[in-house]
Amino acid sequence: MLTKRRLGAQGGSLILPFAIVLATFTTRAMLNQLTISELTARLAKREVTAREAVQACLDQIQRVDGRIRAFLSYDAADALAQADTADQALAGGATHAEKPLLGVPIAIKDVIAVQGQPLNCASKILGKFVSPYDATAIEKLKAAGAVVFGRLNMDEFAMGSSTENSAFQVTCNPWDTARIPGGSSGGSAAAVAADECIASLGSDTGGSVRQPAALCGCVGLKPTYGRVSRFGLVAYASSLDQIGCFAKDTRDAATVLGAIAGHDSRDSTSVPQPVPNYAALTGDIKGLKLGLPKEYLVGGLDPEVKQAIEAAVQQLAKLGAEIVDVSLPHTDYAVATYYIIATAEASANLARFDGIRYGARVDGADPTELYCRTRGAGFGAEVKRRIILGTYVLSSGYYDAYYLRAQKVRTLIRQDFLQAFEQVDALVTPTTPTAAFKIGEKADDPLQMYLADIFTISCNLVGNCGISVPCGFTQSPKLPIGLQVLGKPFGEETILRIAHAYEQSTPWHLKRPAL
Amino acid sequence: MEYEAVIGLETHVQLKTKSKMWCGCANAFGAEPNTNVCPVCLGLPGVLPVPNEEALRLTVLTGYLLNCEIPRFAKFDRKSYFYPDMPKNYQITQYDKPSTANGYVEFEFSGTGVSPVQSGAGIPSENRRDAHSTIARVRITRAHLEEDVGKSFHFDRNSGVDFNRAGVPLMEIVSEPDITSADMAYEYLNALKEILVQGGVSDCDMEKGMVRCDVNVSVRPVGTKELGAKIEIKNMNSFSGVRRALEYEIPRQIEVLKSGGTLVQSTRRWDEVTGITEEMRTKEHAHDYRYFPDPDLMPLAPGEEWLAEVKLRVVELPLARKQRFMRDYQLPASDAETFKSDLPLGNYFEGIAQQAKNPKAVANWVINNLRAKVAEANERRTGVAPVSLQEDHAEKSDTGATPVLHVTLTDLKFKPAALLELVSLVENKTINSSAAQQVFSEMFDTGKSPAAIVQEKGLAQVSDTGAIERFCDEVIAAHPGPANDFKSGKTAALNFLKGQVMKLSKGKANPALVGEILERKLRN
Amino acid sequence: MVASEFDIKYVAHLARIALTPEEEQKLGTQLGHILGHIEKLKELDVSGVEPTAHAVPLMNVTRPDEVRPSLPHNEAMRNAPAQANGLFTVPRIVE
Repeated sequence: MLTKRRLGAQGGSLILPFAIVLATFTTRAMLNQLTISELTARLAKREVTAREAVQACLDQIQRVDGRIRAFLSYDAADALAQADTADQALAGGATHAEKPLLGVPIAIKDVIAVQGQPLNCASKILGKFVSPYDATAIEKLKAAGAVVFGRLNMDEFAMGSSTENSAFQVTCNPWDTARIPGGSSGGSAAAVAADECIASLGSDTGGSVRQPAALCGCVGLKPTYGRVSRFGLVAYASSLDQIGCFAKDTRDAATVLGAIAGHDSRDSTSVPQPVPNYAALTGDIKGLKLGLPKEYLVGGLDPEVKQAIEAAVQQLAKLGAEIVDVSLPHTDYAVATYYIIATAEASANLARFDGIRYGARVDGADPTELYCRTRGAGFGAEVKRRIILGTYVLSSGYYDAYYLRAQKVRTLIRQDFLQAFEQVDALVTPTTPTAAFKIGEKADDPLQMYLADIFTISCNLVGNCGISVPCGFTQSPKLPIGLQVLGKPFGEETILRIAHAYEQSTPWHLKRPAL
Repeated sequence: MEYEAVIGLETHVQLKTKSKMWCGCANAFGAEPNTNVCPVCLGLPGVLPVPNEEALRLTVLTGYLLNCEIPRFAKFDRKSYFYPDMPKNYQITQYDKPSTANGYVEFEFSGTGVSPVQSGAGIPSENRRDAHSTIARVRITRAHLEEDVGKSFHFDRNSGVDFNRAGVPLMEIVSEPDITSADMAYEYLNALKEILVQGGVSDCDMEKGMVRCDVNVSVRPVGTKELGAKIEIKNMNSFSGVRRALEYEIPRQIEVLKSGGTLVQSTRRWDEVTGITEEMRTKEHAHDYRYFPDPDLMPLAPGEEWLAEVKLRVVELPLARKQRFMRDYQLPASDAETFKSDLPLGNYFEGIAQQAKNPKAVANWVINNLRAKVAEANERRTGVAPVSLQEDHAEKSDTGATPVLHVTLTDLKFKPAALLELVSLVENKTINSSAAQQVFSEMFDTGKSPAAIVQEKGLAQVSDTGAIERFCDEVIAAHPGPANDFKSGKTAALNFLKGQVMKLSKGKANPALVGEILERKLRN
Repeated sequence: MVASEFDIKYVAHLARIALTPEEEQKLGTQLGHILGHIEKLKELDVSGVEPTAHAVPLMNVTRPDEVRPSLPHNEAMRNAPAQANGLFTVPRIVE
């Protein structure tokens, strides 16, 4: 029998006998803090086992997740069994050249299907849903040898920027547990930042990987639309969604991307483009042209964030990059465009949650009543808000005024990026206008919450790739700040190179929250 | 005031593919409920559709068969509405950029209100008698690709849904409102079905629900151009049902107007049992489908090469085939009709007709003898009477299957040339027609050549007048009564005597000669 | 066309979401603000601009017509809230 648990309901079990705690700290505690490169090097030398690495993560979850609440559930026995399989493979001579993630524990956002595991999208509406299939990205992780475990908290159906919209629990920022970890992939970011796993998967529709990575002080990569298969990613906004990853440094993000990227015949929007060796990072960015969009350095930008970004830009210049001022004139329209397109797509994507074939049903006298009750009870406020907005903008008589117009503005925003990328190799911006805010601070003002996505949203509308890397901290309280590097379509190698070079010359990614 | 009906049909046809539209589940009828389903066609969270290329080909092929334009850009859209049989609660369809547009269907129809669009040029005048029905043309707005939904079963307390059918490729063929009567709608549907079956697009098996129709009908005073309130009758599953529903609905609408009432745009349901239509909803409660381009599916831009490949699969249209058979082989319309509808039989005929001096005689053999023999053989084998394709299976048969008749035409024991040989044996009077029947039976059963059978069985016709004279003398002597009857003017007695002569000759005497000689002898 | 025209009852029913009167009130106000912001797009002249529906310019993506294994029946029904005789059951459908 597998051990399945939903955390939070059992705080008592976190008090462990002193001896075990001591053992945990002395022999295994460090393994969960390692990067993929470090862990795989030690696994390859057979200095440690995958079981020990997984156990270290499980121990860390036991130790800290009562405070962080990143995991909705996990299956410890299954994770350990996968680790044993990896250990056997290693004993049988398998190498990380063939299976780059062999024995590496990677946790998954609750929006990506893993066969036999719960799939809830942090929503009540899915009830006790268990996925009968693996997402392509999960198949690929497994094929690369990863130990795939855990269901990470998120904003319900990936709608939100704070993870406060989870139907189950609020995830806390490991740097300040009174603050939000960002969202929607808040659990994925917090779990990596709190060393509860080595890396994690999330999804990014308007910044949902990059923003929580920035707020939690880890690396978050959103690949180009079509780079990673969306098959098995529960759709929020199909033309914007992309699976991304969280890691402790850029090289790790590159390794995970290399494992999950590639064409998938089950996803019509997947692009048949070869997968380069992303982890081959030179550290050299001499001569690269980096654009600084003037529209991203004004308005509600926090002075400390601005300062950190300016310092980062200087650092990049010092490394040999050429900094160029560019303009993305339609930036101001991105949020409005996004909220039309994303909610319209969502209104159809989420129609399938009706309590007929799966999920938590609230019965009614006829199917219509069943639908209304099931969906009224099953969806949280933010999801209802977005479905209703999306339904409205598509409804009879409004299509042209809203949806069609938004698609045209999307073209204008795309043209902005095309023009900018004629001059530069990548764009450098803050990931967020401010550091993490307090839990509950913006809960009643959805529009303000939406507007804070201004720096990350255009990238999804255009379909380009982007990465957020730690670039400093605010003073008081000490909260991480993220530097966003945006690339051309399929320009992952370039942005990884820039992020890596920056990282190698700065200490920020090495900082860990005190937990 | 006189009123006329204006009718347009939306015909949904399941495409003949191996797998479903968006996933690899089998496109098969009759499986246990919810066994041909997977995460994709159940609409589980996280799944994505990938279009079946064959379904796209069949749609474009239909476009060619229905004389449509094939736009160089098409796309898929989502049509949103909640219904328990619809897994995603949106149907993927083609809304404003369909794969085919602006075509037409032509078919024979001699009803009222149809203007002839074409005459039967080249058809022999003696055959015009039964070919004079007018060719009607119904314009096709579009044939687009979408997906079928699951199937609901209704019980006393609840309903149950089987999703085996969900995601089966479905083509919707929308006609212009060119149809003017219930009969014309019926003939249009039959013509459409025949084209799709012969084109290999769909089996159009009504029993299996492969064809369903929505009917749009309005009435207006004759001579006016403005359309009346459009009334839709949903979800008809038989052609005769469409005809009956229209036979009810058209007079109903006229009656409302004549009695001073008004009609409003609405949707009605046809009740097969009571034979009436009932209102389901009016325009104010019309669906708000919220169409938008499906972001999961990429647009379609068929290239020259791909289109050329599809075009290779275009078959001769049934009507053109009928006209060609009448023109090229000088066949009467009834024979041509048989060969139009029964493709393998027609092909068999055509395979030998070109070498035939008298194709009509060959047609007779193929239609009257060969078809019957094969049917008989099949009946013995399966115990089920084969069904011809032109019939509407839903009404006339419960087999539902493609007629087994066609399987055996390809593995007949005799070569097609043998049939030609048989015809020429009759034509050159080597054998008479009753012997010919015997020869055919034998060659069907054994595959021996007609000449060999004639020789083996001694069936060669006796045209030796000396021998026939002797038979005649013998018969007249043996039957003085009938002989006297004839002499006294009862000419019918001749047939009896003729029969006796044929019997005496063991059927081999040339019947014409027998008649001639008997008559001469009796008149003397 | 903003908040005044926005019929939350109609739209919520289209989306098949039952709302309490409080939710209607609150959502109505919030959506009014959001639609107010969205009005911003009217500032732009988009005449002659082609709409963008996809972030990548792929065309003609299809799969071959091949049958793949379906789910075993019990797996297909595994998450069903109500079932009988191999069917997903629902309250009686009346149109």
